Amino acid sequence: MSQSQSTQSDPYATTRDTTEGKVFTVTGQDWDAVVAGLGDEPEERIVVNMGPQHPSTHGVLRLILEIEGETVTEARCGIGYLHTGIEKNMEFRSWVQGVTFCTRMDYLSPFYNEAAYCLAVERLLGIEDQIPEKANVMRVLLMELNRISSHLVAIATGGMEIGALTVMTIGFREREMTLDLFELITGLRMNHAFIRPGGVSQDLPPGALDKIREYITWMNKHLPEYAELCNANPIFKSRLQNVGYLDLAGCMALGISGPPLRATGYAMDLRKTQPYCGYETYDFDVPTWDTSDSYGRFRVRLEEMHESLRIVEQCTDRLAKMEGEPVMVADKKIGWPSQLAVGSDGMGNSLDHIKHIMGESMEALIHHFKLVTEGFRVPAGQAYVALESPRGELGCHLVSDGGTKPYRAHFRDPSFANLQAMPIMCEGAQVADVIVAVASLDPVMGGVDR
Amino acid sequence: MSAAPATPPATAACAARSHLVEVCQHLRDDEALRFEFCSGVSGVHYPNETDRELHAVYHLLSITHNRRIRLEVSVPDSDPHIPSVVSVYPANDWHERETWDFFGIIFDGHPALTRIQMPDDWPGHPQRKDYPLGGIDVEYKGAVIPPPDTRRSYN
Repeated sequence: MSQSQSTQSDPYATTRDTTEGKVFTVTGQDWDAVVAGLGDEPEERIVVNMGPQHPSTHGVLRLILEIEGETVTEARCGIGYLHTGIEKNMEFRSWVQGVTFCTRMDYLSPFYNEAAYCLAVERLLGIEDQIPEKANVMRVLLMELNRISSHLVAIATGGMEIGALTVMTIGFREREMTLDLFELITGLRMNHAFIRPGGVSQDLPPGALDKIREYITWMNKHLPEYAELCNANPIFKSRLQNVGYLDLAGCMALGISGPPLRATGYAMDLRKTQPYCGYETYDFDVPTWDTSDSYGRFRVRLEEMHESLRIVEQCTDRLAKMEGEPVMVADKKIGWPSQLAVGSDGMGNSLDHIKHIMGESMEALIHHFKLVTEGFRVPAGQAYVALESPRGELGCHLVSDGGTKPYRAHFRDPSFANLQAMPIMCEGAQVADVIVAVASLDPVMGGVDR
Repeated sequence: MSAAPATPPATAACAARSHLVEVCQHLRDDEALRFEFCSGVSGVHYPNETDRELHAVYHLLSITHNRRIRLEVSVPDSDPHIPSVVSVYPANDWHERETWDFFGIIFDGHPALTRIQMPDDWPGHPQRKDYPLGGIDVEYKGAVIPPPDTRRSYN
């Protein structure tokens, strides 16, 4: 590009020549400069690097698209931009501390990360049938609330990317209500570390059930709005229908699970086929759709939120009858010694417990110190536990050598596996359809890269 | 530690690497087995197990029969080659790349075995036991907290 041209154009949108050909940095609204730059030596094959900082790629996902005109001829994913070494770090912390790490993987469904990890630890410990009933109900409650908040983000951001801004604003409105419940119950909106090996860290705070009932009433009123806005909306349908097609055979071959699989008409849901946390005792349906496209995935997510709300309602009724019941396994060698409460200084404290260990029992102090600093030991062995996260099968593979830390922790994240379907869904389609197809997979890069 | 203690309700099996693809094909296609769904492979590094330091653990699910199986293959560190099962389970494409990236297990026959999480020019395989965690001292209110891998350990 000549000197006069570059001074007029965006300083961030530059051109340089490489051995691979001319490279343009496109920042938006400057397509004319690109076309003009190509003018003298027309290149038929254009490789567009979309991301990793693109607003429509759901975080730091990099898409490498080879395009001809508006048609994508080849598409590939570049991932790893959010790799934080969570699995490696977990090998250096105690089994309980591991929860604090894995909750940060898929940041839109933290409770599922925690639950998968804790179920795997409990299987290794052999205490799966000793988990108190109330802890299981609270886990189900939080997981289903989390499914709603996660699907709301999927629908909201997916809508925003195709210009449906109202879907985005109301989606985040309802999500805030859900996060308010999380904050009330766990103290945090995300990264809760609330589900622990052996149960959950705290009992429900006073007034929580009333808040959940208010929430259910609100959601029953407002969830139908999404269907009214989108289901029959001609623009919405023409953007989503027949886009990102992936049928059952494709899903099976590529290991795709969750809403993309159920949108092929196959009612595969681990909550039904391999129940955990007592899911077999709840009354709910597995919604499916038979179009295998982005629209079908949207409808499946929409229906799943209603089903999750049904489960939340059943959890609330059960919890109302469980006041005062334990939420942590009775085994004192595993359960956290104290039940914390927020003190007058705003810090988490348990005055009764401090009184007990500091003033009454030397053994209790030693026990507390050993369990908190060293942690419990887990028998040697391996376990793979999978559960149905909002995005599909979330698996946790744990290896123990009998020590106080995981020997190896590995997570089979559904976003990671599902993203493999991006090329087959996008090749041959238009560039604009790539956005819709990726959004319909709902990848969360925190989970993809871990 | 001995190989793969079975933890119920999953079934565990070990395979020699020379037969892995055949075993997988059989597990997938046999009427009585039908493990259609591969949930990926994860590596485990046991530096003390001479001549079988690197393990690849495959997690398979039979939706037809609602069963899971864990398939484990071990190879020596000096010859870390395992045949790729991407021809049987295309789902394993990225999982094998990840296991190569983090453990240095070479999956022969993989269509494009490149690093997936770490940068292309990264030296070493970070999740092996001989690869340090790294980290720096953190000072807080005058007290210094060492990085987690150099703290007092109870194991």
